Amino acid sequence: MTLKRDEISDKLAAVGYVADHDIATALWLMEFLKRPLLLEGEAGVGKTEVGKALAAVHAAELIRLQCYEGLDQNAALYEWNYQRQLLAIKTREGAGEKADAIEEHIFSERYLLERPLLAAIRRDKPPVLLIDEVDRADEEFEAFLLELLSDFQVSIPELGTIKATSIPRVVLTSNGTRELSDALRRRCLYHYIDFPEVEREAKIILTRTPGIDTTLALQIARMVAAVRKEDLRKVPGVAETLDWAATLAGLEIHDLRQEPEAVYETMICLIKTHEDRARLTREVSARLLGKVA
Amino acid sequence: MIALPITPLPGPPSQGEREHAAFGTRRRLAGFARTLRDNGFKVGLAETHDALAILGSPAAVRAVSLKPALRALFCATHSDWERFDEIFDAFWRGEGMRRRQTLKGMPSGAHAPGRRLAEAFVPHEALGLPDRTERRSDGEGEAADCQGRREGVSRTELLSAADLRHIVDPDEVAATHALAARLTRTMRARLVRREQVRRRGRRLDLRRTIHRNVSHGGTLIDLAWRRRKIKPLRLVVLLDASGSMSLYTAFFVRFLHGVVDSFREAEAFVFHTRLAHVSPSLRDRDVARAVDKLSLMAQGIGGGTRIGESLATFNRWHARRVINSRTAVMIVSDGYDTGTPDQLGEEMRRLRRRCRRIIWLNPLIGWRDYTPQARGMQAALPYVDLFAPAHNLESLAALEPYLARI
Repeated sequence: MTLKRDEISDKLAAVGYVADHDIATALWLMEFLKRPLLLEGEAGVGKTEVGKALAAVHAAELIRLQCYEGLDQNAALYEWNYQRQLLAIKTREGAGEKADAIEEHIFSERYLLERPLLAAIRRDKPPVLLIDEVDRADEEFEAFLLELLSDFQVSIPELGTIKATSIPRVVLTSNGTRELSDALRRRCLYHYIDFPEVEREAKIILTRTPGIDTTLALQIARMVAAVRKEDLRKVPGVAETLDWAATLAGLEIHDLRQEPEAVYETMICLIKTHEDRARLTREVSARLLGKVA
Repeated sequence: MIALPITPLPGPPSQGEREHAAFGTRRRLAGFARTLRDNGFKVGLAETHDALAILGSPAAVRAVSLKPALRALFCATHSDWERFDEIFDAFWRGEGMRRRQTLKGMPSGAHAPGRRLAEAFVPHEALGLPDRTERRSDGEGEAADCQGRREGVSRTELLSAADLRHIVDPDEVAATHALAARLTRTMRARLVRREQVRRRGRRLDLRRTIHRNVSHGGTLIDLAWRRRKIKPLRLVVLLDASGSMSLYTAFFVRFLHGVVDSFREAEAFVFHTRLAHVSPSLRDRDVARAVDKLSLMAQGIGGGTRIGESLATFNRWHARRVINSRTAVMIVSDGYDTGTPDQLGEEMRRLRRRCRRIIWLNPLIGWRDYTPQARGMQAALPYVDLFAPAHNLESLAALEPYLARI
């Protein structure tokens, strides 16, 4: 069943993800061509959210694999539960069972621990597999991933080959801390997510922050857009914007212009380093506020 | 190598005219894929195949939805992403009124199939033409081209780059290349020794050992060891290709090629008024062609040097990707900056915090009585670990002991 592109747009909106035209097209294409989607963009633009929203759209399970340096097959694919295996060996030896029988027993499904990648191909209904920050994993892991993404089968020496019962929808995200291999890039569709424009960010604030009014949301979005233009080390992402919006809403502020002091103080929600804090002085904050209002 | 899910092609209608139209679309699409390839996109058969499937789908009815679809398919990196719109518009929209019919792949009474075919066979150079003119009109003096990969830009520019190409003498190329390779070997030898020292201090990996010995009933026979992972040293070279450096540019371009060729992990950048990432072009095995491509990018002579700004671009867009904790950054420049020294100092400070060593090679040091008077150079010096001359092969060779110690 392939959804139309506009349907995807509508459904994304229904699950609370404010999508632009292009990302909806990319998600539609992913269905249409059955290819994984690689999302790149600055930290905090909502790459992971796309995976979550996609799962919600298809009412599918979201299986997430967070990559990190040193991630290996054991943590990503499967592992034997060797503590239980050892225990089983001891008890069965005590009971006088034959070696063959013990071996058969301890290398059965019961002792197999599913990790995200194996889980993703063994579901009845195709899940959404979110491989987060794939650039943090090592190159060897990337090659292994590539193999899995093309064959969708896993061979476990003691158990045999496990074929996929359903092909998951795969979303990969990358922060660009390392150059990904051309092979992986070519295997995937590509989408670059930028910081949302003011209107879209205001819409995101409205959908995610209950009880905030439209003018304030728009003011916040404009203010954040202005802050992003400043020369900061860590540019605030959408998550930071939402934090800030929640803070301002919690303080019952309705108009940023009326409360310059509160704006300056709560801006720590957007700032992540000491250097940036020093750069965004009261004067800068007031100047930005002046532009926004 | 990679099995791809086969998607059906847009069903080719059996009638003659329809077939011609579909064929024309395919030709056009192949032309578009070729244009992208000429612009440094990595487009293979699989992508073209999928693109045909897209053309046969409802998305192709409106150009508004076709563009993002093809963009998601054909782009693989952020720099691709930024340039795609321009190329797409130049290729498809440049053709004016024919656009709609071509995209739909539907026959139309106005165009005889024969003519469509003829159009479809127009060589891609000609089709790429609007692309070039656009690039020139808005690209001048703009630092906006942040990703900066400009390989295969156009043919005319290639011809005007002849001056640098003439200097390439096979012997000199070989000598420079050999030197770069020798420097690499020095650094590698060092690395291997370090690895051996580490091996002695390795620890037992208990978890994996137990796991591995389950089949022995838990008796530990096979032992699994742990040792520290070794990251090879990475070298990032930033080459100043401005007018004041023009005497040395050709020489260093060859050196760059040698470095990229022999280091497993090396990245090269060229800057004058803006910064260009050139390692992809340098990976070309053919030295002459690589140097050609590069001299193209090194153009911009007379525009002054904005070292600070180029470094800012580097820190902002490339540093995170190409620099790790075992990276030495080598800046080759005479330090004559037309930007402000403050900016240069600030960007040097940022760069210093990220990488292991900064080496600044200055060809002027080779001149007699030279002192680093240029204000830019003054601002940068506090952050430089090694400030060395680089006006000939010998001075580069003198770096060997230092590089070996990094």
